[in-house]
Amino acid sequence: MNKKFSAARNFVLSAALVAAGLGSAHAEDKVKVGLMLPYTGTYAALGNAITNGFKQFVEENGGKLGGREVEYFTVDDESNPAKATENAKKLVSREKVDVLVGTVHSGVALAMAKVARDTKTLMIIPNAGANDLTGPLCSPYVFRSSFSAWQPSYAMGEALAKKGVKNVATVTWKYSFGEESVAGFKEAFEKGGGKVVKEMTLPFPNVEFQPFLTEIASAKPDAVFVFFAGAGAAKFVSDYAAAGLKSSIPLYGPGFLTDGNLAAMGGAGEGLLTTLHYADGLTNAKDAAFRTKYAQTYKMQPDVYAVQGYDAAQMYEAGLKAAGGDPAKQEEVIKGMASATIDSPRGAFTLSKAHNPVQDIYMRQVKGDQNVVVEVVSKGLEDPARGCKL
Amino acid sequence: MDFATFLIQTLNSLQYGLLLFLVASGLTLVFGIMGIINLAHGSFYMIGAYLAFVLTSATGSLVMAIALGIPLALAFGAFLEWALFAHLYKRDHLEQVLLTYGLILIFEQLRSLLVGDDVHGVAIPAFLDASIQLTDVMSYPVYRLAISAVCIVLAIALYYVIQRTRLGMMIRAGNDDRTMVEALGININMIYRVVFALGVALAALAGMLAAPISSVFPNMGSHVLIISFVIVVIGGIGSVWGALVAALIVGFADTFGKVLIPELSGIVVYVVMAVVLLWRPEGILKKG
Repeated sequence: MNKKFSAARNFVLSAALVAAGLGSAHAEDKVKVGLMLPYTGTYAALGNAITNGFKQFVEENGGKLGGREVEYFTVDDESNPAKATENAKKLVSREKVDVLVGTVHSGVALAMAKVARDTKTLMIIPNAGANDLTGPLCSPYVFRSSFSAWQPSYAMGEALAKKGVKNVATVTWKYSFGEESVAGFKEAFEKGGGKVVKEMTLPFPNVEFQPFLTEIASAKPDAVFVFFAGAGAAKFVSDYAAAGLKSSIPLYGPGFLTDGNLAAMGGAGEGLLTTLHYADGLTNAKDAAFRTKYAQTYKMQPDVYAVQGYDAAQMYEAGLKAAGGDPAKQEEVIKGMASATIDSPRGAFTLSKAHNPVQDIYMRQVKGDQNVVVEVVSKGLEDPARGCKL
Repeated sequence: MDFATFLIQTLNSLQYGLLLFLVASGLTLVFGIMGIINLAHGSFYMIGAYLAFVLTSATGSLVMAIALGIPLALAFGAFLEWALFAHLYKRDHLEQVLLTYGLILIFEQLRSLLVGDDVHGVAIPAFLDASIQLTDVMSYPVYRLAISAVCIVLAIALYYVIQRTRLGMMIRAGNDDRTMVEALGININMIYRVVFALGVALAALAGMLAAPISSVFPNMGSHVLIISFVIVVIGGIGSVWGALVAALIVGFADTFGKVLIPELSGIVVYVVMAVVLLWRPEGILKKG
């Protein structure tokens, strides 16, 4: 009897406690941040850099966002689109996160964005560059702190046309990011009076480039534009140099060609020019402070991914500030984010109507193990957000 | 395509085909002679490449790394055969697939723990770090030609061992009728161990030779696994000569496919496989 009674009492007590907790919730509540990023697999380093950047801003902000403590919910998305919907739903419906932050892989991000749209959950994409995310599939709830595939490539097209380059051959993997990059380049380059004389693609992740190098040597264009990333980029740049083409036909590409790959190229990348929204050797004070702090905290140098994570946190802070620190006032959070100027280490940026950064694109040159800034080639470049009805 | 370009593309095809042969030859031995479906074959290629990276960093020379790496790979192969594969000969293929798939995951995880997930490069040995000028703008790296030469030598050596030596005879006999060979007093278990170790060493050697031109990166084994099986099937399971012919066919199909019909370059190799199998379901050259 006694036992039963005490069990019942405990139940009543705990129910009362829960109710009390709910009652006082609004003042005490934490901001719930769902980080859905790759922590294993090929993109693990990128996922960690984004997380580090995000947390660094929160630390600098006194451990808070919008004046509230931050509670993190972390999911490893494994860069696996097949698991993306389930993982995103888990964060949204079970953990009830206020904001979904993710991810690197565009396929996963597309699935996450669908969940965010359907459940009206705020989402910030800290890397995935698929044009569609802030194009035909744009949504009031979806923001991006990184770039669209179109941006760095379009800037390169402009720059080469301005330089007076006439004929260019392109090579990329036959998948959406590669094709979007080449399309962005071609659009600007041909508008500027150049001509893409040969477009070559190979299936992802095939890296047998020799046939294409032979074709390039035979076609002798003025320059070559490529999109590759990771190990494939390291191999392409090495093969290009080994085939003796580097000295006669200059190679260009978006910055993913050389970011994080320079050691693996063993010097073959030296002198290459690439375009991206971040670079080594920027002179703004924000970047200097960011890099010093990052190096101290994590014992390594930050990269573009860390910057994108840092800015995702800054964007959310701007939104929360506009809503008086209350994540539940979503409409005001969104308005605040959309109209904010983000003081990023890459240089300040604003957001387009489709919620993609309107940002400067840098021309960078490989020097040793760095991609050193040469100049701003495109000031405040805005993705055209084709197909977006916002 | 002008004639000079055609010739260079032919060279590209030969060179790619020979490298593919090197990867696939170990698989065709293990698959054809021992009847083991070894999905972990790509992992041995990956292990070879990482061995080349680690040992080259330690010794400062790729040649040294290969000289050290081959005995290591042989010993590793013999150990795996003794510890795991020896128990599988009488089981069915599904269990072999399960074991070797498990090995892929274990090897990748170990690789991640020991060496990390970064992309690495391996320096080409200084005496091969040159190139031959082919056209006014294009040159050909000597290292690629050297790999081709090594592949040709290995193909001949393998053919000789299997067809002309006593060991080769025992291997072929063991493949035809294991029980009979045992009854004749030949230690078939030892022969299988030798074949498996050889298969692992060939895959690892391919990885070591390819490391300077392909760079070293996570999951690199999975890139070569499927194409290796394609070659083994086209060539005729267990035939070293068949693997060579098939590897060259695949080299040509892939290279010219990319140049002439780029939209379909992803499937050209598989179309070739389908056609060959319709024409000769056992592969171009049956066991021999």
